[in-house]
Amino acid sequence: MAEPVLEVKNLRVEFPTRRGTLVAVDDVSFSIAPGEVLGVVGESGAGKSMTGSAVIGLLTPPGRVAAGEIRLMGRRIDKLPYGEMRKIRGRQIGAIFQDPLTSLNPLYRIGDQLVETILTHLPMTKAEARARAIGLLKEVGIPGAEDRIDHYPHQFSGGMRQRVVIALALCCNPTLIIADEPTTALDVSIQAQIITLLKRLCAEHGCSVMLVTHDMGVIAETADRVAVMYAGRIAEIGPVRDVIKHAHHPYTRGLMGAIPTISEREGRLNQIDGAMPRLNAIPRGCAFNPRCPEVFDRCRVDRPDLMRAGGSLAACWKAEEAVNG
Amino acid sequence: MLAFILRRLFQSVIVMLAVAFVSFVMFNFVGDPVNAMVGQDTTMQDREALREKLGLNDPMPIRFARFVGNALQGNFGLSYRTAEPVGRMIAERLPATLELSLVAATFALIVGLMMGVYTGLYRNSWLSRLFMTLSLIGVSLPPFMVGILLILVFAVLLGWLPSFGRGDVVKIGGWTTGFLTVSGWKALILPAVTLGLFQMTLITRLVRAEMLEVLRTDYIKFARARGLSNRAVNFGHALKNTLVPVITITGLQLGAIIAFAIITETVFSWPGIGLLFIQSVYFADIPVMSTYLVMIGLIFVIINLIVDLLYFAVDPRLRIGGGGGH
Ligand SMILES: Nc1ncnc2c1ncn2[C@@H]1O[C@H](COP(=O)(O)OP(=O)(O)OP(=O)(O)O)[C@@H](O)[C@H]1O
Ligand code: SF4
Ligand SMILES: [Mg+2]
Repeated sequence: MAEPVLEVKNLRVEFPTRRGTLVAVDDVSFSIAPGEVLGVVGESGAGKSMTGSAVIGLLTPPGRVAAGEIRLMGRRIDKLPYGEMRKIRGRQIGAIFQDPLTSLNPLYRIGDQLVETILTHLPMTKAEARARAIGLLKEVGIPGAEDRIDHYPHQFSGGMRQRVVIALALCCNPTLIIADEPTTALDVSIQAQIITLLKRLCAEHGCSVMLVTHDMGVIAETADRVAVMYAGRIAEIGPVRDVIKHAHHPYTRGLMGAIPTISEREGRLNQIDGAMPRLNAIPRGCAFNPRCPEVFDRCRVDRPDLMRAGGSLAACWKAEEAVNG
Repeated sequence: MLAFILRRLFQSVIVMLAVAFVSFVMFNFVGDPVNAMVGQDTTMQDREALREKLGLNDPMPIRFARFVGNALQGNFGLSYRTAEPVGRMIAERLPATLELSLVAATFALIVGLMMGVYTGLYRNSWLSRLFMTLSLIGVSLPPFMVGILLILVFAVLLGWLPSFGRGDVVKIGGWTTGFLTVSGWKALILPAVTLGLFQMTLITRLVRAEMLEVLRTDYIKFARARGLSNRAVNFGHALKNTLVPVITITGLQLGAIIAFAIITETVFSWPGIGLLFIQSVYFADIPVMSTYLVMIGLIFVIINLIVDLLYFAVDPRLRIGGGGGH
């Protein structure tokens, strides 16, 4: 297998607070191969965004990477000084956030924001950067790009703005895109368009994607592999087909039951009884045990690590039993 | 946008008419202008004749119209105290006040912006804490105290700067300026700091609060995620977004500075319109007082108008209508 674009090993993200340290991401490991789309799902607060922020080095203080390592194309990036990391952001790792309405600075023309990003990273003249910006706007499907480039964000609809954000993320040909719920804030009718566009462009530009979403349907259509997160840890990770057809972790199975039909895409993943524990109250043993329909004695004492289960890895004692016979 | 400007202009005119009316009422009904102009021994007939000549017997609306008409030509009547035309008295003293206010406002804006940006960016540094403590003192000390303290330290104890007057001034046309002489600048420093200190601390706190707010927004996070330099993020993206509220407050405060100049001018014997106003209060010199009122009103209205126009310059959302749905 080719060297992974992104490799995260035993990542731990902590928030020191007055009442003790909160562990938002705990011992998370995964990798993304060139051109691969890794989906990341899980309930709100599972640590998906924290993982993404840690990778681009933009955890909001006091949050910090407390342990583990992050490698981009084999190069360790979690300990880079701010100035070095800045050169990677936008250049090698592009980011797309949830809300296109607030991702763009309202006081700058979208062209200025594109040109500024391009000039920050690539050796170009202003005119070349502008031409590139127009090309990108065309690529993301903005009609009349030559004129629209001089418009301000408020002159675009939400879907169009998210296209601009995608153009911004792609403008320096990054090797990895981190898309954190890129469609959650959008109208249901255009979510599919944006996801399709994102997938197509990343394939064309040969860049890998870490796609954070609540939507199992999107994962099924878009991702190559999927990581299911629960309470700061990965519950299950594996090829999408395996995970969807034969989930090994009871939590994943719960999520599958929660795949909304097209008409109710907005519905959140709430079909599993109970709520995810707060970070300061994660139970002993398996974090999922209070809600797990298949819980047994061992689950309340020992914490399961990721174990091989079919084509994927699952952090569940039941899955281990099933595999080992 | 043109419609907006016209509407604002119209509103400004209304406001000015209201101010003029208050001033007119003061002029005509607080005390008797005829009494103030003639001696004790003037006969009733003479008084009545003067009344008729001054048009004081005409109906109110006509008198008000005449008052406004005169005011538009810069004719505000004669001072009760010196019998000089009030318009000229004010015009002579206006440069002193405007120069003082301008320097005070510039000082407040520049220092306030710098301290605000610094304390917003480096929230926890010791220098930020020092600035914030100083600004707290600046907000809570009354200006005359600040002035007296500054005089004590820099004029009396150290003897570096003068404690009163404008220093040497140069006359250019009808305008006297202290900007062209060293002693003029020296004389400006203490009063300008005194006058601008409160506004400076206000701007510091405002800019800091706005910076903290803006730095939390998604577009700042996204700007960082695009790998922009700190300078571009902080001074390009963040600072520009704090400007709208800063412009509002600074504009309003500039008006306040000119109005509050009364106190500073008194403390420093600064020969401006504030000092003139105080003197006219002692003498119940109604024409001067009412003219001062109109002047301050006019300055506020003009500043407000400029502030509104600046919004347009800064914020494209006001300048250009939205093209897409929200
Ligand atoms: N400043 C902070 N201090 C303490 N805890 C925090 C802070 N910011 C986030 N957290 C915690 O970190 C955990 C992980 O948050 P994260 O944003 O990664 O969740 P998520 O999986 O992205 O959820 P969502 O689907 O809602 O975006 C949450 O439980 C949250 O409460
Ligand atoms: S380890 Fe036990 S509690 Fe946890 S998911 Fe598996 S069966 Fe359920
Ligand atoms: Mg999130």
